[in-house]
Amino acid sequence: MGSEVVLPTQQRLSSPTADQGGIGTSAPRPDGTLKVKGDFAYSSDLWVEGMLWGATLRSPHPRARILSIDISEAAIYPGVYAVLTHEDVPGNKLYGMKVADQPVLAWNEVRYQGEPVAIVAADHPEAARRALEKIKVKYEVLEPVVDAKSALDPNSPRVHPSGNLVRHVKIRHGDVEAARSQADVVVTGEYEVGMQDQAFLGPESGLAIPSVDGGVDLYVSTQWLHTDQKQVAASLGLPLDKVRLTLAGVGGAFGGREDLSVHIHACMLALCTGRPVKMVYNREESFFGHVHRHPARMYFEHGATRDGRLVFVKAEMLLDGGAYTSTSQVVIANGCYFLAGAYEVPNARIDGYAVYTNNPPCGAMRGFGAVQACYGCESNMDRLAKALDMDPVELRIKNAMKPGTVLPTGQAVDGPAPVAELLERVRDMPLPPERDGRFVDLRELPGGVSNVTHGEGIRRGVGYAVGVKAINYSGGAEDYSTARVRLSEAGGEPLVEIHTAAAECGQGIVTVQAQIARTELGVERVIVLTADTSIGDSGSSSASRQTWMTGGAVKRACEAVRERILDLAAERTGISPEKLVLQEGNVVSDDGDIVIPLIDFVANEPIEEVREFRHRKTEPIDPETGQGNAHVAFAFAAHRAVVDVDVELGLVRVVELATAEDVGKAINPQAVEGQIEGGSAQGLGLALMEEIQIEDGKVRNPSFTDYLIPTILDMPPVKIDILELPHPDSPYGVNGVGEPPTLSSTPAIVNALRDATGLELPRVPVRPDHIAGRVSDQRWTFATKRTKQ
Amino acid sequence: MRLSCNVNGEWQQVDDVWEYESLLYVLRERLGLYGSKNACEQGECGSCSVYLDGALVCSCLVMAGQAEGCEIVTVEGLSDREDDLHPVQQAFVETGAVQCGFCTPGLIIATHALLHRKSQPTDAEIRENLAGNLCRCTGYEKIIDAVRLAAKRMVR
Repeated sequence: MGSEVVLPTQQRLSSPTADQGGIGTSAPRPDGTLKVKGDFAYSSDLWVEGMLWGATLRSPHPRARILSIDISEAAIYPGVYAVLTHEDVPGNKLYGMKVADQPVLAWNEVRYQGEPVAIVAADHPEAARRALEKIKVKYEVLEPVVDAKSALDPNSPRVHPSGNLVRHVKIRHGDVEAARSQADVVVTGEYEVGMQDQAFLGPESGLAIPSVDGGVDLYVSTQWLHTDQKQVAASLGLPLDKVRLTLAGVGGAFGGREDLSVHIHACMLALCTGRPVKMVYNREESFFGHVHRHPARMYFEHGATRDGRLVFVKAEMLLDGGAYTSTSQVVIANGCYFLAGAYEVPNARIDGYAVYTNNPPCGAMRGFGAVQACYGCESNMDRLAKALDMDPVELRIKNAMKPGTVLPTGQAVDGPAPVAELLERVRDMPLPPERDGRFVDLRELPGGVSNVTHGEGIRRGVGYAVGVKAINYSGGAEDYSTARVRLSEAGGEPLVEIHTAAAECGQGIVTVQAQIARTELGVERVIVLTADTSIGDSGSSSASRQTWMTGGAVKRACEAVRERILDLAAERTGISPEKLVLQEGNVVSDDGDIVIPLIDFVANEPIEEVREFRHRKTEPIDPETGQGNAHVAFAFAAHRAVVDVDVELGLVRVVELATAEDVGKAINPQAVEGQIEGGSAQGLGLALMEEIQIEDGKVRNPSFTDYLIPTILDMPPVKIDILELPHPDSPYGVNGVGEPPTLSSTPAIVNALRDATGLELPRVPVRPDHIAGRVSDQRWTFATKRTKQ
Repeated sequence: MRLSCNVNGEWQQVDDVWEYESLLYVLRERLGLYGSKNACEQGECGSCSVYLDGALVCSCLVMAGQAEGCEIVTVEGLSDREDDLHPVQQAFVETGAVQCGFCTPGLIIATHALLHRKSQPTDAEIRENLAGNLCRCTGYEKIIDAVRLAAKRMVR
């Protein structure tokens, strides 16, 4: 082992050349070269001389009383430096992003399988793991609350003393009961979504280094450094300035890194031992180490006139939040906001419930409640189309939301809302060639090289869906980002350095920041510094918000730097600043006669500006009526899926996905496509294979052997149509990009399966036995359509 | 346990290796070669792919002792020169096949192995050969683009 400290590497990134550099170009990622060489330091790759390894003892029971914890044998195990329990938490024993209700280390009671009970630091990860086995915890096992619906029964055991209801969201829009009389057709349906995992590839990990001031430096993968910092400091009992966080390389996030994982534990062990401590979960532990997408049960009632005009929607959503709050109150709200879909609905009655159970805690995952809502709504829309004997795309277009549409929450949609256009575009893309019945390459058939069919029993189906989600934080939440931009001279060239706390998780916010600086300042060399807490908050890399928010902050800071330079140039030349621009490293007059190198203005000292960016204010919804202007912006995507189904074996091959999304402005078209393709793949996973299976509160499949995510064989080619309708309120007209493709992908695929098979398929992921075994889950009873006489 | 093996062209001697350590652990934590990734450590994701005596393996499934006397090539050893990128690496950067990048080293080794066996693979062959490598960010489209681009350039 070398003696060099391995710490996050982003500060050493070089920038690409200017001709590929500005906004609207597919500038290459500044971290791309390091990543392909294996030199990019992820949070699990950190190393420092003398570091110890931390490990976590977790509860094997979903619900149990802790009678005693005996660490004596573990503490004397060879190589062990510390064994800590709840008694050793220096500050707040409870933490949480929204509500501090989760024990740093459990005492008294454990509420889910995998809840941390004790932590160990040792000189080898295997020594730490073996020491965990020496810790003796006596449990009195209790009956777990495992069903979300019965959790609301007043006689149910309580997961928390406050009861099992996290939040009931009510949205009352118009008068559903009065509207019933106008409906010629009413269709009802119940739908269920299984628990999906973010399954980011880089495991939870971090390195905590104690510092001489009694504080700690934590290098960690996360989505939001500042909210982590607050929680960690509170639990360590330290002031904020003694807990400094730096973003280490993040191997994907998708919502699963919003809540804390190794953070407090690694810091506690480092402060206790006086040694650096690294913690890395393995894959199995990762399944217990982060929250998941909420499993949902939904009920829908759509009423429409005979010609297909929606009259009312009545819908309910029940989310299993698991053992702790995490972001459940916000996820249920977001699910309810969009339960009626991307449609104009004159009357709606929506109820959403998030509950506590002793299942694994659920929280943020890409789409944040709107994924489940879109699956339910779009499933019932297809059912409505069938009842009306109407083309499902035509029905959707007829009711499509547009600018001015009043949402069930009473807010009028502003900004572009091209729902009908997106649907038309996916409908009008050429379909893949029909199978002609002759034998084809096995790899093009369901089951692939398993050689289970040569085309017999295969049916093709086509399905559509469209989704809507709010971009940025909704409901009156504080939402801003901060950027520092510094122009200096380095090696005879101008250099721009950008510093923000925005978490790069793979989505490309580092590329976007550099592109904006190149465009605004006309400088080729741009370095995006490592994100950390020494700069102001950038908010979370979630809600599809960073390009808008941190992009906005970087743009403002660049504008401020530019203004100072132009003022200096105006002084020097006597030309007014309006007639000067920054171009290719120079200040240039609009007639092109005068050219002054930028470095002339920063020869003595750099020019530096810090700016914050805020979007327009939102407000919380009314707790009784759900009314309020809760949202900043809306983003939309539509999908068309073509599937081949082996109806005898229940195997599915998605032949093609076609999608259209309005992105406002594609700052980096290649990265936008990457978001759309990746989001579509996660939607495909939810449709066909991804589910954390829970039995009596225990996870049955915490591995990539048993929790399946799409491989390159599962993913079909994706046809993409990107619209760029500028958003009036955002920098460059951008809109959020990352989440919408994850919404509509799932229901489009399942609607295609329904088209191919005629089956109801109420639940995702759809399993082979749902198709071939005709497994009709007894819980699912469907009211048939009621047609008014 | 003492382990001797040739890693990226240099013979290495590693002392105090536990019998239960994987080749992946030795590469990462004892030799400081963090390019091979630890995403699942059970042979499902391909992120730790390396060459072991010329064969593509998941280094998490190789016990350290099995590597005794073997030649190992990791993602760090693909390019001939320190500052150069191998055409496969270059293609991954250019096509946008890298997002979070955690799967990238494994996919690059797997692509390298594929193009070594078959210089102009069809799309179906690309999919079949890379089916052991999980990626959670990209949806694989740009990875296929990268393999096509690398294949085109390497034949020249």
